[in-house]
Amino acid sequence: MNVVCVCGMGIGTSIILKMNAEKALGRLGVPATVTTSDISAARGAAQGADLILTSAELAEKLADISAPVVVVNNFMDATEIETVLSDHLPRS
Amino acid sequence: MALDLSTALPDAAVKLGFPAADWRAAVIAAGDALVSSGATTDRYTQEMVAAIDRLGPYIVIAPGIAIAHARPSDAVLRSGLSWVRLEVPVAFGHAHNDPVGLVIGLAARDHEDHLEVMSALAGALADRGLSAALAKADTPARVRELLAGDIGD
Repeated sequence: MNVVCVCGMGIGTSIILKMNAEKALGRLGVPATVTTSDISAARGAAQGADLILTSAELAEKLADISAPVVVVNNFMDATEIETVLSDHLPRS
Repeated sequence: MALDLSTALPDAAVKLGFPAADWRAAVIAAGDALVSSGATTDRYTQEMVAAIDRLGPYIVIAPGIAIAHARPSDAVLRSGLSWVRLEVPVAFGHAHNDPVGLVIGLAARDHEDHLEVMSALAGALADRGLSAALAKADTPARVRELLAGDIGD
């Protein structure tokens, strides 16, 4: 599974989201690659992605991307991240 | 590479009980703290504020916590953090995570540079017990001690 975490600049909040998404995917037992991107590069980064994780403000700017865009409200909440990820796991 | 929080977060980069009238004043305080500690120039502070004007309050990543930052640039003299706990929390306009009582300023010289510091921060803030202790930390030394404690785990 390829997950891209998007934030405004790709260096701050998306890195925190990536770390917590990797932990959540580990707990779910899902092999995944998690990368980060800034909002301006997100369209390119979304090519081949199964899922985009970002905040509500930035999700609005990514509305026309083909991969599912999922909003995370609390980037520190392991339970919220695990729930949104498990709702969007690829069907096997 | 050992994380050196005393360099990343020196006393000059910490403000506890800072009175801010609004989110802009709070972000400028986090920028000024980066400048006082020698991490950035004033231009970086202006860029942090401009990023929120442009992209919205997405930097409020968890209830009460904002991570203020801008792109790596020559306005960053060295990578560093600042830590501004507000006297009274202020609204950033975030639908879920307002009001904000802690603004963490982040300056990175490049994308890889600050990964270790970010990892320490993410670990500490995700730990509810540690996060509560950090919210009450009343000296810069205590903030560093709590952040550093998480790294040892």
